[in-house]
Amino acid sequence: MKMKWALLTIIFSIATVLTGCDNPLAVLDPKGPVAANQANVIMISIWTMLIIVLVVVILYAIMLFKYRASKSSDDYVPPHVEGSHVLEAIWTIIPILIVIFLSVVSVRSTYEVEATPKGYEDQEPLIIYAASSNWKWHFSYPEEDIETVNYLFIPTNRPIEFKLYSYGPISSFWIPQLGGQKYAMSDMVNTLHLLADTPGDYMGRNANFSGSGFAEHTFNVKALPEEEYTKWVDEIHGTAKKLTESEFDELLEPGHVGQYTFNGTHLDFKPAPEHNHGASGQGESKHSEHEDSKDEAETEHQH
Amino acid sequence: MDYFDRFAVPHSSPMIVGSQIAIAVTVLAILVGVTYFKKWGYLWREWFTTVDHKRIGIMYILAALLMLFRGGADALLMRAQTAIPDNGLLDGQHYNEIFTTHGVVMILFMAMPFIIGLMNIVTPLQIGARDVAFPRLNAVSFWLFFWGAMLFNISFVVGGSPDAGWTAYFPLASVEFSESVGMNYYAIAIQIAGIGTLMTGINFIVTILKMRAPGMTLMKMPMFTWSILITNLIIVFAFPVLTVALALMTMDRMFGTNFFTMANGGSDMLWANLFWIWGHPEVYIVILPAFGIYSEIISTFARRNLYGYKSMVVSMVAISVLSFVVWAHHFFTMGHGAMVNGIFSVTTMAIAVPTGIKIFNWLFTLWRGKIEFTVPMLYSLAFIPIFTIGGVTGVMLAMASADYQYHNTMFLVAHFHYVLIPGTVFSVLAGFTYWWPKIFNFQLSERIGKWAFWFIVVGFNVTFFPMFITGLDGQARRMYTYSESTGYGPLNMLSFVGALGLLLGFAFLVYNIYWSTRYAPRNVSSDPWNARSLEWATHSPVPEYNFAIVPEVDSSQAFWDSKNNGPALFKGKYKEIHMPNNSGVPFILGIIFFVWGFAMVFSMWIFAIIATLGIFACMAHRSFEKDHGHHITVEEIEETEKKLRGANA
Repeated sequence: MKMKWALLTIIFSIATVLTGCDNPLAVLDPKGPVAANQANVIMISIWTMLIIVLVVVILYAIMLFKYRASKSSDDYVPPHVEGSHVLEAIWTIIPILIVIFLSVVSVRSTYEVEATPKGYEDQEPLIIYAASSNWKWHFSYPEEDIETVNYLFIPTNRPIEFKLYSYGPISSFWIPQLGGQKYAMSDMVNTLHLLADTPGDYMGRNANFSGSGFAEHTFNVKALPEEEYTKWVDEIHGTAKKLTESEFDELLEPGHVGQYTFNGTHLDFKPAPEHNHGASGQGESKHSEHEDSKDEAETEHQH
Repeated sequence: MDYFDRFAVPHSSPMIVGSQIAIAVTVLAILVGVTYFKKWGYLWREWFTTVDHKRIGIMYILAALLMLFRGGADALLMRAQTAIPDNGLLDGQHYNEIFTTHGVVMILFMAMPFIIGLMNIVTPLQIGARDVAFPRLNAVSFWLFFWGAMLFNISFVVGGSPDAGWTAYFPLASVEFSESVGMNYYAIAIQIAGIGTLMTGINFIVTILKMRAPGMTLMKMPMFTWSILITNLIIVFAFPVLTVALALMTMDRMFGTNFFTMANGGSDMLWANLFWIWGHPEVYIVILPAFGIYSEIISTFARRNLYGYKSMVVSMVAISVLSFVVWAHHFFTMGHGAMVNGIFSVTTMAIAVPTGIKIFNWLFTLWRGKIEFTVPMLYSLAFIPIFTIGGVTGVMLAMASADYQYHNTMFLVAHFHYVLIPGTVFSVLAGFTYWWPKIFNFQLSERIGKWAFWFIVVGFNVTFFPMFITGLDGQARRMYTYSESTGYGPLNMLSFVGALGLLLGFAFLVYNIYWSTRYAPRNVSSDPWNARSLEWATHSPVPEYNFAIVPEVDSSQAFWDSKNNGPALFKGKYKEIHMPNNSGVPFILGIIFFVWGFAMVFSMWIFAIIATLGIFACMAHRSFEKDHGHHITVEEIEETEKKLRGANA
């Protein structure tokens, strides 16, 4: 019986921790619609699963309590019972219904987070290229023609499309409070849709193990209102130096560096891989000037 | 001197030097000890050359226990390192090697051999057979596993351990990013052990399909045998994928091919797909036998037949089919788009249905039973609620959009330990305790066993439950350290405390083996648990030929029926028994494979070529060898039976 109480205590303590307000867990404290969507799915699934766990634990407790040898008489002989079609049908059909319900929730939410967040479709998304190298993040803003290393400024309430790729091992671009992660890989560009609706500083990191410097492969995210964001861009245009190819190559060397800011982006001399996945529109032909026929064949092949 | 530089460990530390010395001393002590006590002949005759499924099973379990402590030491070091923020116990490289070997050792060299060991001992007995279909092949399987495991383990002290995670994702696992020979060890050692496992798969499918006792139709097989049949079918379908993937990896690392590299059209995504097409079924390879073990034990100690036998079988078949169509859920975040993710999300959640059926069937096996809380039963009962938590968090992870948040976090780590530990580890501990008296003719102490049980169960929950919470707070897995400002400190410390509890639990387990071997009463009956299936119908310890007379069966719990006024199991008279001969070739073949693997790891081609010739020589020897086995005469059987009946009186 110790088991049962231990379990109940665990279940209720996790429920309290998850729903507690004073120190919420990052994933359940969303600062944008994508993360909110995911937190919502997580809470729906936790409550559904809690019901299942409770049913199992209650049945389990009853069985252990009622049918222990010490409570039955010595001459009691347990009956031979093959099974029951009705009961077995019940615990087949109910789980199927639960799985159907969760499938609908899951698939719908998956389509939603793979597109521009609802209510922001009329805005032109801000495109930021996020490239990982051992163990740094390079953020290129082609629209503004600036590049930062290991930190990210974004405007609030504007959809952002991150174009993810890597100069080394598979990395996973993750800002827990803005939304879930996606891989940055060397042979294709992935698109991740995020949006911040609250100004603030957020933790970002590579979540996918990538070698000895992995633990510190992080970056800072600052979400600013549109006008402050524009001011920040203007300031960089006035002050930062131009990113050169040799300087970029130096930055690619394995190791940890601080934060950098440049005018111009590395996309001018080192474009992203051609294969562009999940983009909402024209993305595919962006770097056509660099494609020779071989690359094109490869791109075709991967579809 | 340059030639020997390659064997040095690239990231040496006092801890590694200490282990090098300890390993050298232990090996020397074993060699000297065996020589001093003149045991070489005994070891060679009774163990190294044996083709007896029971002895092979015992060796599997012994090796698995050793690996459990190796993997457990890795685990403790990881928990110690992350117990406090910015800890300096291990550096990043060392930590990476440790979590990589922890994963490989625990899955491939602990869980798998433990399961295969139990299946070796029990399956032929449960179906009333005298051995497996191919006893000699069975010995080859074991020695390939054993020498593969040894090769993997010396990486730690010779040349450097693998460091790219047990998943070995490319390009991180390529020569470009993992220069030491560590990942060569991974590719070669797992390959050698994997070939052994594949042969086990074929062997047991044939054994179960062709060698059942008269009257035992498929639907009258005990549930453990069913689970083993399904498991081996999965092995035969899944392991060739691993074989091919590892071969491609070997060629990429040693011969400059570009299957998974960043340049020349290689695809890192190809590796991830191949790995998990094997890797997900692999999870069911280690969990389905656990379901079989629990079915036997719960039914025995509830003193009732298994509830819903047919739906248990159907659900197991359903799980085995589904296990091959869910692999992409391991990388929802790779960017396959909403449709592919949606499909894999649904197939993954579908596995919850057959698994749920099994949980409820076990619960209803307890219904109207007469439950006795023995140690094997305690593990089986603890399994039900804890595994349920593991299962439902699996459903949560299956929701693709939410997985973008769980992926690569401690939440995932908590989930798979919540299925693998109550699933596989509890089950092998339960099975180990349950079948121990069948093998050794005495029981392990229930009192010490219960101490071990409570420390393991409580320690497990204290270790892994906090990880669900830190995962949701954004703690990524595989980080060797974190800063204090993240706030992960206290819960990680709690995990470490739990890990110490687990350590104590396993210490009790070892003490139990020692204590019971010395003091436990001998000559318990051949059926000490009052059990239901055929393995309990023969003597303990089991004679070489298993059954003097082949039993005749007409239900899934034939032995129980025969004890309760059912039809007799053994009819007729003793007849001469034909048994296979021992052979030293499998052992020698294993050693040659070890030499071959070592030469491959260090690119010493001349040795590799010589060893390859040796391997073919062993195979040729077998092809031309005339070995008709030996016969046990009726008189010998009578004598053995008389002696054993006395022992079990």
